[in-house]
Amino acid sequence: MTFDGGGHLTVPVSPGDHVLGPDTAPVTLVEYGDYECPYCGAAHPIVQAIVDRLGDDLCYVFRHFPLAQAHPHAQQAAEAAEAAGAQGKFWEVHDLLYEHQTALDGPHLLTYADALGLDVERFASDLASHVHADRVRQDFMSGVRNGVIGTATYLINGPRHDWPHHLRGLLAAITTAAAASPTFIPGGIR
Amino acid sequence: MTGSTHGATSVSESDDAHNPEPSTPLTAGARAPDFMPRTPPDQEVALSDFRGQPVILAFYPPDWSPVRGDQMALYNEILPELQRLGAELIGISVDGVWCPLAFAKDCRLRFPLLSDFELKDAVARKYGVYRHRDGMCGRALFVIDGDGVIRWSYLSPIGVNPGADGILHALESMRVQPSSQAPADRRQPAAQVHGSAS
Repeated sequence: MTFDGGGHLTVPVSPGDHVLGPDTAPVTLVEYGDYECPYCGAAHPIVQAIVDRLGDDLCYVFRHFPLAQAHPHAQQAAEAAEAAGAQGKFWEVHDLLYEHQTALDGPHLLTYADALGLDVERFASDLASHVHADRVRQDFMSGVRNGVIGTATYLINGPRHDWPHHLRGLLAAITTAAAASPTFIPGGIR
Repeated sequence: MTGSTHGATSVSESDDAHNPEPSTPLTAGARAPDFMPRTPPDQEVALSDFRGQPVILAFYPPDWSPVRGDQMALYNEILPELQRLGAELIGISVDGVWCPLAFAKDCRLRFPLLSDFELKDAVARKYGVYRHRDGMCGRALFVIDGDGVIRWSYLSPIGVNPGADGILHALESMRVQPSSQAPADRRQPAAQVHGSAS
């Protein structure tokens, strides 16, 4: 494929991904996000609204893309989400991190783990020994290979959707992608 | 003429002297023009210093100029992968020598930024990425192999981060296919002429 700088999903969704919705949905929305990125934080409630609204018509995938040099807490926050995921509560911590972007230091992360009823000792140990650092890096590099150039980046049924990220813009892009999907059922997405 | 029939190394050393300012970015197969711009505060860096290892030249518009997605922050993050592939990354702009120093510090960059200012944009001109209309270089990428031959290049719209996927793909392709085995159709006409004459 000729390089066009546009970005495209070349690292497919796999069982190891964090996924909401069926993989047979007419639209797959892959987000590359950074918990300390203000643009990601601003877009998060929009993505939540879209996930709620589309239900089984959407397969939403989240992958980590921490720009650690620019955002000093981003890497640890991503590892914290994975540590919670190892205890079955990835999405719960994911939402908390996006909702508390200015409180992502170690003590706050432990507070969130405690509030969610996680095994805090195990959670803290995972963070201290960077058990999930490789997984986060794997997500990051998949993003680089998919042409992710910053955060938040959304890939809709393959191609990168650059702009806009507001509700109407994202929904319009999703609806257009859905209409071109072989599994699209007319009237399913409004 | 003897012993000069093998592929990329047959490109004339003086190509850039015959064509000092190409109107479009140099493409795969062209010999990468050497340069020696200054890097703050008083060092000089030449492309030939890196002979034997791949070099990525990332031309960018002035420091702090707006771009969708932070290109240099992204490259900062992938340095371990570039090192694994044995490649050296160099950023280059037409800013004065002190400006890249401040930019690199501000963005915590861990790779060198060169100033193409002292020689009045000579490097950008040689690579065909100088923009006469606004006096700066375009946002362009060149992946150069250890023999000093350009293996991949890309010119991005000025405000758009070209990402790093093209760079990684080019570096990995080079590992699979060293320059001496590169296909003839990727060579520039100068190489083909030289090859047929020898």
